[in-house]
Amino acid sequence: MDLAKNKRPSPQEESEPLFPSLYNFFSAITALTLFTGRYFKSVLLPPFEFNELVRQSFLIGYKSFPLVGITGFIMGLVLTIQSRPTLAEFGAESWLPAMVAVSIIREIGPVITALICAGKVGSGIGAELASMRVTEQIDAMEVSGINPFKYIVVTRILACTLMLPILVVFSDVIALLGSFLAVNINGDVTFTLYFSQVIDSLAFSDVFPAFVKTFFFGFAIGLIGCFKGYYTDKGTEGVGLAANSAVVLSSLLIFIMDMIAVQITDLLY
Amino acid sequence: MDKNSSNSNVIEKPGKDEPALQIVNIHKSFKHNSILKGLNITLGRGENLVVLGKSGTGKSVTIKCIVGLIIPDEGNITVLGKNILRLKDKELNELRKKIGFLFQSAALYDSMTVRENLNFPLRTNKSLSEDEKEELVREALENVGLLDAIDKMPSELSGGMRKRVGLARTLILKPQIMLYDEPTNGLDPITSKEIGNLINDVKEKYHTSSIIITHDIACAKIIADRIIVLKDGVCLTEGTYEELENSDNLEVRAYFE
Repeated sequence: MDLAKNKRPSPQEESEPLFPSLYNFFSAITALTLFTGRYFKSVLLPPFEFNELVRQSFLIGYKSFPLVGITGFIMGLVLTIQSRPTLAEFGAESWLPAMVAVSIIREIGPVITALICAGKVGSGIGAELASMRVTEQIDAMEVSGINPFKYIVVTRILACTLMLPILVVFSDVIALLGSFLAVNINGDVTFTLYFSQVIDSLAFSDVFPAFVKTFFFGFAIGLIGCFKGYYTDKGTEGVGLAANSAVVLSSLLIFIMDMIAVQITDLLY
Repeated sequence: MDKNSSNSNVIEKPGKDEPALQIVNIHKSFKHNSILKGLNITLGRGENLVVLGKSGTGKSVTIKCIVGLIIPDEGNITVLGKNILRLKDKELNELRKKIGFLFQSAALYDSMTVRENLNFPLRTNKSLSEDEKEELVREALENVGLLDAIDKMPSELSGGMRKRVGLARTLILKPQIMLYDEPTNGLDPITSKEIGNLINDVKEKYHTSSIIITHDIACAKIIADRIIVLKDGVCLTEGTYEELENSDNLEVRAYFE
């Protein structure tokens, strides 16, 4: 029966499990895997919701620039101020731009920006979709012959995947500007000298893997936000739960993915 | 109720051609809670069928089964001659365009204006130009008396207005079957009466066959060609308003007191 494959897994329809926690854990993993598979199937098949994708990219990407910019600036500034005394102790103060650049580009920029987006975007997606589920808006789409998965889920996950790398690059640049400002609080370094040191210190192996992993971070934020919101089932209480668990789970996933990315990078370069 | 006895609940509408909708012996359980236990309903063409029943008797589950939002465990549902449980995704979506569903909460899309809400079901229709779509939106809103609200957001509308816009959105695809899930729920008696009259107008103008789930007996009196009463997931009885009002069954008469 074709209808059956469209339905979300309904735990209510199962018999009582022997170990409920273990059962719930594996049920959630299975449901998430099926949800991911459905996303990849839907993203490749027409019709494509291009207008909605652009709208979501604007909401997820453009609207996040101020927050990401401010946190990036503070990140660069604080990291530089905190690192200076230690480097000065070893007489390596001139290494400050290089150290900060490598730290920000390789690790801090992508992870902190992804966590900020998990909080802002992931919770927003989780709450919005859960609220749409509770108020029957998703059902209304389905009965009017529109595929809600394609319209709501695919566009949001894709927008997150495409926008996060842009936000990370933006955050990195702003963080380096913050760092330049911090360097000049106690010293006198020209803009050209500072950024030539930054560029000299960075290799392909620093920039490329860090950039690639941001696509995965974006995908994780969109996927978890949509998954938690789309399958919420506890009324208005479920809206809060979906937003909360979207942030917690996507943050955890970002750290796990970062750990795997670091291991792979370490093996390759 | 066993399957044999449940078959006796088949409600035939004599004097009609092929029914618009036929539900045969559907069962649905959630975990250990059995909601539908062999329900049978037949909806004739051009008929307004009101479904009464206490909360939890499976009224909403039944109409969600009709549009494929819930899959029954057993039984068959034939809509406009097609068994919806055997349709492929694409066929089901095409059939859904012929069924209008007015949700209890109206289910308007919060992030869209009234115009965008009404335009939404038309977005996949490539044969219509933008001007033609705008014309349809205006016509549908005019039919429910809310053309002035075309640029408003759903949050700016009252409960009754939301229901009307929800109805306009379902009517824009000119459905052959309408399913109303408690259309007057939460509305004052005057607005409820207006909605009742609107349901009758829809039937006249669009020649729809409708299933209306309601607890509002005053509304049922206005709109019902036939009423069925559900109890424990099966049909307890059926008849016209007057027949049920004078029923010997105290449980049935209780709805009318």
